[in-house]
Amino acid sequence: MLDKLLKIDRRIIFSIIGIVVIIAILFPMGLVVHVSEPVEKIYREIESLSPDSYVFLSFDYDPASMAELDPLALAVIRHCFRKDLKIVSLGLWPQGVLLGQANLEIAAEEYGKEYGIDFANLGYKTGGIVVISGISTNLRDIFPQDYIGNNVDSLPMLDGINNLDPFKLIITFSAGDPGVRHWVMIAQARYGKKIGLGSTAVQAPAFYPYLQANQLVGLAGGMKGAAEYEQLIKIPGLATAGMDAQSLAHLVIVLFIIFGNVIFLLKKRSSSS
Amino acid sequence: MVQIIGIWVASLLTLCIFSFLYKDNPFYKFAEHLFVGVSAGYWAMYSWYNILVPNLGRPLFIEHEFILVIPLILGILMLLRLFPKVGWLSRWPLAFIVGMTSGYYLVTFLQTNALEQARATIIPLNHINNIILIIGVLTGLLYFFFSTRHKGGIGFAARIGRMFLMVAFGASFGYTVMARISLLIGRMYFLLGEWLHII
Repeated sequence: MLDKLLKIDRRIIFSIIGIVVIIAILFPMGLVVHVSEPVEKIYREIESLSPDSYVFLSFDYDPASMAELDPLALAVIRHCFRKDLKIVSLGLWPQGVLLGQANLEIAAEEYGKEYGIDFANLGYKTGGIVVISGISTNLRDIFPQDYIGNNVDSLPMLDGINNLDPFKLIITFSAGDPGVRHWVMIAQARYGKKIGLGSTAVQAPAFYPYLQANQLVGLAGGMKGAAEYEQLIKIPGLATAGMDAQSLAHLVIVLFIIFGNVIFLLKKRSSSS
Repeated sequence: MVQIIGIWVASLLTLCIFSFLYKDNPFYKFAEHLFVGVSAGYWAMYSWYNILVPNLGRPLFIEHEFILVIPLILGILMLLRLFPKVGWLSRWPLAFIVGMTSGYYLVTFLQTNALEQARATIIPLNHINNIILIIGVLTGLLYFFFSTRHKGGIGFAARIGRMFLMVAFGASFGYTVMARISLLIGRMYFLLGEWLHII
C-alpha cells in the first residue's frame, strides 16, 4: 500500500493541479494579495516623478514569459501614463518589441496618449550589453529609426534626447540574458541610472542581491509581483485574477510534498521495524 | 475571421503540447516539429530583415560605410565552419568575439557582481537581518573552502553555511514552481477565455 502511494502516477498529480487551476479561474474567490516592499519601491519611485519626466522601459522577454511579464508591463505603463510620464522603450529581445508595443497601445488608448508625443518604441537591436552601452552615450547612433522605420528625429518627444541622461528611471521586464544583468552592469554601474526590475519568477531570486546592494530600486517577481503592482495602482488585471489559481495550485503542491514525505517516513519506519 | 483562425490554431497546438503530460504521442510530435520549423523560418527572416540588412547591408552597400567590410569578412569566415578543409578559419572571428566579450565584461562584471556585492555586506550589526546576512555570507563562503577538513568549529560553520544554501535552493525552487504555474494559468486563461469564451 505504502509503495503504491509513493509511486502515484504523475499524471494524477498533473490532472489534480489542472483541475484546481480551472476551478479557481472559473470560480474566483478574491484571495487577498499583500504588497511586498520590493514591489512597492518601484511604485514609489514612479510616484515620485513629476509629470513629463522621461522613463525608459526595456521589454526583454518573449511570448514564453508573456503570462508573467505582460500583466506587470501593462500595470507599469498604466501607472506611467496616469502620472503623465513620457515613455521610451526598446527590446533587447526581438519579440519583446511588439509585446511591449501591444501593452503601450492598450494603455495609450485608455489614457489618451499619442505615439511620438507621449511614448516611442525604438525597436530591437542585436548586441545586448553593447546596445545599452551605445544608447548611454548616443541613442541616435544605435537607433536612427524607431520600430516601424520612422526617423527618430520625426518623433517630437525625442527632441533633445540623445542618451540615457534625461531618463529618471529605467525599468526592464526581463526573462533572461540579455536583460537586467546588463542594464545593471552598464546603465547603473557606469552611468548611475536607477533601475527597476520586473522579472520572471524563475530568475527573481538571483537578483535579490542586486536589490540588497541598492543596484536595483525595486523588484517585482513573476505573476505575484504583477498582481501586487495591480493592487498598488488599483487596477486589477490578469495577474490579480490569476492569484487564486496560483495560491490553490501552490497549496496542492505543498500538500503533495507533505504527503510524499509522510508516506516516505512511514515506509522507512515499517521497513526498519 | 483571421483572428478566429489564429485563436483556434493556437488553442489546438496548446492542447497538442499539453497531451505530452499524458504520454509522448503523434499530436505532441507534430506540434513540436511545427514549432521547430516555424521558429527556424521566423529567425532566418527576422535576422535577414532586422539584423543583416539594417546593420550591414544598407550601411555598407548604400551608405558606403566601408569599415563594415571587416565584420562582413569575419561573418563569412564564421560560415566557413561548414567546409571542413577551411573550417579552421572560423576560429578567427570566434577569437574576436571571445576576446571582445571578455574585455567588455571583465571590469563591469567584477564591479557589479563581486565588488558591489562585497561592499553590500559591510554593514552595521545593529539589526537581526544584517546579522543573518553576515552569518550567511561567511558560513556560505566557508562551505566552499576546501583547503582544510570540515571538522570541529569549521565543520560546524560549514554545516550552517550548507543550511543557508539549502534555504536559497528552496526559495529558488519555490519561485520556479510559481513560474511554471503562472504559465499554466496564462494558457488556461487563453483556452477558457479567448477560445471557449466561458470566462
